[in-house]
Amino acid sequence: MNIRNFIVGITMAFLTLSATTNVRADALDIFKNEKGIIKIAGGTAHIPVVKEAAKRIINFNPDIQISIAGGGSGVGIKQAGEGLVDIGNSGRMPSESEIKRYNLKVFKWAIDGVGIIVNPKNNVKTLSKIQVIDIFSGKINNWQILGGKNKEINVYTRNEASGTRAVFWKKALNKGKITSKANFVVSNGAMKSAISQDPYSIGYVSAGHIDKSVAPIAVDHVLPTLDNVKKGSYKIVRGLYSNTKGDPSGLIKKFIDYLLTPECQEIVRTKGFIPVI
Amino acid sequence: MPRNRQNQGLYPGHMNKIYEKFAEKLFLLSAILSISVTILIFGFMLILGLPFIREGNFFNLFTQPWSPHQGLYGIYPMIIGTMSVSLLSIVFAFPLSLGCASLISVLGPKGFSRFFRKVVQFMTGVPTVIYGFIGIFLLVPIIREIFQGGSGMCILSASLMLTVLVSPTMILFFIDSFDQVPKTFINAIDALGGSKVQKLLYVMLPNAWRGILSGLILGLGRAFGDTLIALMIAGNAIKTPGSVLDSARTLTSHIALVIASDYESMEFKSIYACGISLYIFTTITVLCVRFLRTGPKGVTK
Repeated sequence: MNIRNFIVGITMAFLTLSATTNVRADALDIFKNEKGIIKIAGGTAHIPVVKEAAKRIINFNPDIQISIAGGGSGVGIKQAGEGLVDIGNSGRMPSESEIKRYNLKVFKWAIDGVGIIVNPKNNVKTLSKIQVIDIFSGKINNWQILGGKNKEINVYTRNEASGTRAVFWKKALNKGKITSKANFVVSNGAMKSAISQDPYSIGYVSAGHIDKSVAPIAVDHVLPTLDNVKKGSYKIVRGLYSNTKGDPSGLIKKFIDYLLTPECQEIVRTKGFIPVI
Repeated sequence: MPRNRQNQGLYPGHMNKIYEKFAEKLFLLSAILSISVTILIFGFMLILGLPFIREGNFFNLFTQPWSPHQGLYGIYPMIIGTMSVSLLSIVFAFPLSLGCASLISVLGPKGFSRFFRKVVQFMTGVPTVIYGFIGIFLLVPIIREIFQGGSGMCILSASLMLTVLVSPTMILFFIDSFDQVPKTFINAIDALGGSKVQKLLYVMLPNAWRGILSGLILGLGRAFGDTLIALMIAGNAIKTPGSVLDSARTLTSHIALVIASDYESMEFKSIYACGISLYIFTTITVLCVRFLRTGPKGVTK
C-alpha cells in the first residue's frame, strides 16, 4: 500500500519537474491560474485513469499538486468521509449508511468489469459460472478436473476494504462463501503480480488492469473485454466512483468536472474502462 | 560531565549536587513518560475494545474462526499463525546468529571479523519492505517449486524472510554480550593455551548466556511485531494453518487487513481485542524471560 503511494509520489514529482508546455489545452483551461493540492485515496482500480488525468493537469499547470494513494474502496470512502483526503475513490457504490453518515456526494465516471484471471501458462481458458463458484468456495480444488495440470488451485482474494471484492462476491459468487484457504492481497496491482507469479493461481481483478502478464478467463464463454462489458453480455460489472464530503468546490470540483470531460473520458477508454458519456 | 566541571574548578561542590538532582529528575521524568505511554496505549485499546468485550465476545476470540459474515470474529487462526511464523523464524535465526556472532567475536580472523560486522550493521538498517519484495520475487517461487504444492506464500517463506530480518539484531546483541565477558577470563584461557573453540565453549558462552537470552527475546519480539513481511509473503489465509507450507495470517497483518473496514462495524472493533491480545502475549513472553533470567527465588543467574 505504502509502496504504491511512494511510487505514485515519485512519479508525480518527476512529472512536475519534466512539465512540458505542448499539451492540448482545451478541457484543461479550467485549471488556469489555479493553485493548490488535491489529495486522492481509495480504490486501486481507478489509479491508471486518475494518474493519467493528474499527469495532464500537472503538466498544464505545475502549481497544482495531486497526490494519489491506494488502500481500497473502504479506505477511500472512510478517508473522504473523515476529511483526510479531498476525493475518495471507490469501486462500489457507497452504502446508504455511509452516504448518510458522511454526507457523501457520489460521482460515477466509468464502468468497469471485474475479470477472473489465471496465469498465462495455465491452459484452462474458460469456466462456467457454477465452476467459478465451486473454485472460490473450495469445492473444486484441483486444476485437473477443469482440464489443467494435476495441481492444487491457489485461490487469491482481496481484503474487506476492496470494492472489487464486494462486486465480485455479489455478482460472480452470488454472495457465496470464499474458501478460508484463499490468499489475501491488498490491491488490483498486487493481485495481478501475484497471479502472474503463481502458475496454479486464480484471482479476480478490475478488467482495466488485465494485460499480457495474466490471462483472462471466459465465464460461460464470455471474456471480460471492453466490448462484452459494453454490450452487456459480460455480467460482472460495476461503476467507478469518486466521492467527496458534501458538494465539492473550487479545485476539487474542477478535478471532478475534468473526469467527466470528453478528453478525460477518452483516457478512461484507453485505460480499458467504459466511459459514461 | 560533573567531574569535568570540578576539575576545571569553575563550580563549587553544591552546584554539582544541583546538577545531579536535575539530571536525576530529568531521567525520572523520561522514565515516567515512557512507562505512562505504554500504560496509556493499553488503556486506549481497552476502552476502544470495550463495546466488543462487553458483549461477552472476548474469550470467544481465542477459540472461534474468523468469519464476519456469520458473526464470528475469532482470531484463533491468527494466533496460531503469529506463533508459528515467529517461533519458526527464531528456530532458524538463533543458531545462525549465534554462529555468526561467535565467528565475528572469537573464531574468525581480525580483518574478516571487522568486515563481517560492518555488513551485519548495515543489514539492520535495511527496511522490511525490501525484504518483503525479495521474498515475493525470489523466495516464494523457489519454495513453490521445491515443495510442488500450494502457492509458495506460506509460513515457511515468511519465517525464512523474518530470519533474515531478525538475525542482524540478534547477532549484534550476541556480540555485545561476548564483549562483556571479563578480559581477565579471556587472558586466563589464553595463558592456559586454550584453543579458540575451547575459549568459546568454556568461557564465552557460559558467561554471556544472559545477554544471549536477551538477544533471543529481542529477536522474538521483532518477529512477533513485524507486519509487512508476513503481510506480503505469508498469504494471509484465514484458515488455521495445518503445516508450515500452509498460507497463514498473523495478528499484525490481520489488523492491517481489517483496519480498512467500516469504523462502526464489529470487524473494526474486534481489532482492538486483537491488539490487546498481542499486547498480553508480548508481556507474557517478556515476563517469562525475566523469570528465567533471575531464577525462581529472585537470585540473578
